[in-house]
Amino acid sequence: MSQVKMKVNGREVSADAEGRTLLSSYLRDLLGLTGTHVGCDTSQCGACVVLVNGKAVKSCTAFAADLDGAEVTTVEGMANPDGSLGTIQQAFQDYHGLQCGFCTPGMVMSTAALLADNPKPSEEEVRHYLEGNICRCTGYQNIVRAVMAASGQDAGALAAE
Amino acid sequence: MHNFEFVKPSSVAEAVAALASEEAQPLSGGQTLIPSMKARLNAPETLVSLMGIAEMQGVCPDAGSLVIGAATPHATVAAEAASHFPGLAALAGQIGDPAVRNRGTLGGSLANNDPSACYPAAALGTGATIVTNAREIAADDYFQGMFTTALEEGEIITSVRFPIAEKSAYAKFLQPASRFALTGVFVAKYASGVRVAVTGASENGVFRWAEAEAALSQNFSADAIAELTCPSDEMISDLHGTPEYRAHLVGVMTRRAVAAAR
Repeated sequence: MSQVKMKVNGREVSADAEGRTLLSSYLRDLLGLTGTHVGCDTSQCGACVVLVNGKAVKSCTAFAADLDGAEVTTVEGMANPDGSLGTIQQAFQDYHGLQCGFCTPGMVMSTAALLADNPKPSEEEVRHYLEGNICRCTGYQNIVRAVMAASGQDAGALAAE
Repeated sequence: MHNFEFVKPSSVAEAVAALASEEAQPLSGGQTLIPSMKARLNAPETLVSLMGIAEMQGVCPDAGSLVIGAATPHATVAAEAASHFPGLAALAGQIGDPAVRNRGTLGGSLANNDPSACYPAAALGTGATIVTNAREIAADDYFQGMFTTALEEGEIITSVRFPIAEKSAYAKFLQPASRFALTGVFVAKYASGVRVAVTGASENGVFRWAEAEAALSQNFSADAIAELTCPSDEMISDLHGTPEYRAHLVGVMTRRAVAAAR
């Protein structure tokens, strides 16, 4: 066991972690931040994506101890300070970018990473960026609409699949 | 997965010392090692992270070559190599998905030498030099078959020196579930000739297609290899494709890479 410190959603945190403790376990089991979902646990599905030092990372495929001192943002950090939904979250609600919602935390965090790098992505760029985030409900159309809307672009004019 | 002792040295010398202990293994970005540990295919007693070593990070042009630190993530290579070596940067930008590219590293990919990984094609296709803590290894000597390399136990890749090509491109036929190359071809044109490296196709891992290299060195155009077929002997056979299918893809992807080279 070793003490692992991070700054999670702007808050300094510390917890004793084993070598094998994954970032996803550190967030969910040690910090109680269960918004980060573990879908496949094999780095395929992207439900567990969080931001580490501003970059999208699959939290099921990184050891907490390796990220000692990192700044991490989870879906819990995406709301506005007053607790209302943040821009990306609101767009997912407005455009029905989810059905069961299990993949949504990863979708929201990947969207945050994309828009930080590329504030006005094309539809193709959105689809390309979300390749590592799997949704088994929506068929992705409304997710792409939500991302376009979150970036302040016209969400109505998507090409048919 | 089984527990282990985690250490994170800040220099190559410390990492080499830590790896001298029995059952110690290096950890780079972990995008292959961590899933294999979860599946209990791998259970080191000590894991030595190479991600805290500053001298193993970065992309640096040096006398006609691009020197890339072995612990540099794919996303960094995709961004920082783009103006120096666009073919190499584009290959890095096609590995896995964005989140995988933010963690996975050049050195990790080459040390693992997955027969369907992208980076081995770039290293072999450019005639790169693999620099370790102990020596320099030419790419032609480094790749020794599926998941097998010239690395000794405890030896760490510290950087890779890629000679910058006049023109190059990587054409990848994506296996969409794994995001590995079902077949991928890196083509690089140098004053001394053309190199063609194929990944994803052979049971022996990445290889050079000598006939295509000879034809393209005479005439660097897709037409020059239109009549060539790569032999399907010892090519991978799985549910995604037969050896003959992969051999066909080698020709198609080589022609696409030549057409796309810039």
